[in-house]
Amino acid sequence: MLAFLIQRVLQAIFVMFVVALISFSLFHYVGDPVLNMLGQEATEADRAALRARLGLDQPVVVQFYHFIVNAAQFEFGISYRSARPVTDLIIERLPATLELAIISAIFAVVMGIGLGIYTALRRRSWLSRFIMTASLIGVSLPTFLIGVLLIYLFAVELGWLPAFGRGQTVRIGDWWTTGLLTSSGLRSLILPAITLGLFQLTLIMRLVRAEMLEVLSTDYIKFARARGLSDRVVNLRHALKNTLIPVITIIGLQLGTIIAFAIITETVFQWPGVGALFITAVRFVDVPVMAAYLMMIALVFVVINLVVDLLYYAVDPRLRAQGGGK
Amino acid sequence: MLLKKTLLASAVIGAMLATAAHAETLRWTRSADSLTMDPHSQNEGPTHSVNHQIFDTLLYQDMDVEYQPGLATEWHVKEDEPTVWVFKIREGVTFHEGQSLTADDVVFSLNRARHEHADMRGLLTSISEVRATDDFTVEVVTHEPNPLLPNNLTNLFIMSREWAEEHGVEEPQNYAAGEETHAVRNANGTGPFRVESREPDVRTVFVRNDDYWGIDHYPLEISRLVFTPIESASTRVAALLSGEVDFLQETPVQDIERLGSADGLKNEQGAENRTIFLGMQMGAATLETADTDDNPFADRRVREAINLAVDATTIQTAVMRGNSEPAGMIAPPFVNGYTEEMDEVLPADLDRANELMAEAGYGDGFRVTLQCPNDRYVNDEQICQAVVSMLARIGITVDLAAQTRSLHFAELARGEYDFYMLGWGVPTMDSEYVFNYLYHTKQDDLGTWNFTGYSDERVDELTVAMGQETDEEARNEMIAEAWQIVHDEIVYIPIHHQMLTWSMRDDIDFQVQSENTPHFKYLRFNN
Repeated sequence: MLAFLIQRVLQAIFVMFVVALISFSLFHYVGDPVLNMLGQEATEADRAALRARLGLDQPVVVQFYHFIVNAAQFEFGISYRSARPVTDLIIERLPATLELAIISAIFAVVMGIGLGIYTALRRRSWLSRFIMTASLIGVSLPTFLIGVLLIYLFAVELGWLPAFGRGQTVRIGDWWTTGLLTSSGLRSLILPAITLGLFQLTLIMRLVRAEMLEVLSTDYIKFARARGLSDRVVNLRHALKNTLIPVITIIGLQLGTIIAFAIITETVFQWPGVGALFITAVRFVDVPVMAAYLMMIALVFVVINLVVDLLYYAVDPRLRAQGGGK
Repeated sequence: MLLKKTLLASAVIGAMLATAAHAETLRWTRSADSLTMDPHSQNEGPTHSVNHQIFDTLLYQDMDVEYQPGLATEWHVKEDEPTVWVFKIREGVTFHEGQSLTADDVVFSLNRARHEHADMRGLLTSISEVRATDDFTVEVVTHEPNPLLPNNLTNLFIMSREWAEEHGVEEPQNYAAGEETHAVRNANGTGPFRVESREPDVRTVFVRNDDYWGIDHYPLEISRLVFTPIESASTRVAALLSGEVDFLQETPVQDIERLGSADGLKNEQGAENRTIFLGMQMGAATLETADTDDNPFADRRVREAINLAVDATTIQTAVMRGNSEPAGMIAPPFVNGYTEEMDEVLPADLDRANELMAEAGYGDGFRVTLQCPNDRYVNDEQICQAVVSMLARIGITVDLAAQTRSLHFAELARGEYDFYMLGWGVPTMDSEYVFNYLYHTKQDDLGTWNFTGYSDERVDELTVAMGQETDEEARNEMIAEAWQIVHDEIVYIPIHHQMLTWSMRDDIDFQVQSENTPHFKYLRFNN
């Protein structure tokens, strides 16, 4: 067990190092931050002086070494755009992204499982067919278009929901802010959560439906029916339990995707999360923010994968046999 | 008890309504937030726009871009000392936190803006010393006589020395220090609004400063100003349509018509202080991207042919939907030195252009790459696409490379381009600024944005002279001569002056300001 754990953690560290290397090399192709930081009246001498102050005149290897050493201590320097420490910026904006991601995930899971079960059990009803067709449209429309359409329908035409922002937020503790406690915060959450969760919803729904159909045709379900158990017990106790095992794995893996995909939704709705922060940083060539964001997303994926691996290891005895651990 | 409180409260509110001029909230949006509240560390439009609400400058450009006294009541060059400007400071002004304004605060602010970490430095390089001669007089000494000094101070905000010392922000933010200073998110100015709260990139709330020195002089009808930047253009427009904001700065071209015809909304339009043009590398022996072994741009006839082929009027109608002003010179109408005949647009003439190409020995044309930004100017990429098809008609095959602004300007600054698009504004409202940056030979601190290789001794001479000549008539003659030279030489291919559109609720009375700086103290409500 321990050997397996150490091996996995070392792999994770290696992955992080590679991400750092890739993201760091990318920054040499995104433009010159100094041009954005200084106005048009600045002279070449001013620019050179600022480059020197930022350490951008040093050899790439030296810059990368400093970057890695600092990143290992969660230290990403100061944002070129807003002159504030990057770590503060990210911590300040993380609650908005996490709240949006979690609400979207709950929406996607609840609706996805519910619709998945319904379409599996009532395969031939016209409502099921309609849901399946609509889900195809949901999968094929790009996120930003869904967002814009929702804004025009619910904010501009109907005037029911806000088009942008997070509404009034309430501060909890030192760094967490939430929009869940005010009516404007809740209303602001609806459209972005639907936009971000729609793709996951259709994915989960189709997965649940397929698994459910497979499970329903197995022998033990037939046997349960033969025993005269009611449909409800058969479908929701026996069948659903076995359906959900692979689904839970997928949901875990998708959580990282939701956080990463929040970039587009946050940009459309001006949602003050880390995704919007990243997009703004790209436009400004705010290298410290871009680097920190990419590292953070990589960390999320690495941690989720690590947890999933360890859970499988705990659950599946076949993996332990190869590991040779005790 | 409760009843008594309620009665008391309503009495207080009643009294407030009786005295308050107006209690109206204005919700304002644009694409970008201010970068920092530190008034000297950034020289950037959206940052100045926010700071103009909180701070004052010695003088400023009003909604008609006319110079108006701010914290200085008058200014003049000192008798017998052409290198000294004297500013009389307004008396009885207080900062939001109660400190009184004196000449010492002005000296402190100007010197702070000259610090090596201040981006505002670039506008103050002519200054050698700033001193207070008494409590309300400041003298600014320049290395050489500088007739334009006041024009460089319109975005130079005045801070309180006492406040800066109290919070340890005597120097502007240093990025290398790795920490945030108090001035990045806090501000104490003398301006018409105080900051009530600020969340960078999310929301900044301002409240009217009822002790403002100009309270009787300006309408100041807004009691509360809420600024929420929205980066996505369609969302920004949706927010105005849905009534979540009242005032939209920089309306996207594709939405101008729609917002103009929407119920309860209107557009205000005016010329923007920015001219869009094309530059050509004419100084190099050969071009990087051309298929010729010489440099076609070095031949004036080729440049003239391009000028005749690029049809600004068609670009105005087909690309800009009428929202531009075709240009013949790189200076908008309100700049000193502008003349209508120089700005006249030549009608496109393909026959003459083809003739010129043949005379220059490029009858079969040539191939070259045009570099454009795609997220900097209004419809920048579409303009370049139009240019590509227009130049194809005189045999020039143009490969278009459009990319994001940060890459475009980085590569441009490294001098890697043969043929490129650029836009230029004239913040000092004087032609000297254009010659200084775009036409002077590129050397040291001059010609920093001249990537054409153009170099003319007489133009260089005139550029330096017009920066120091204090006799207005002589100076204007120099400016006219310099414009004539670069106009005859066809150094750049001007396309158009950008138009600026602001959209707002139709009960708001507010004109477009050409610098794109809304001074909300001028805004009135018609209700």
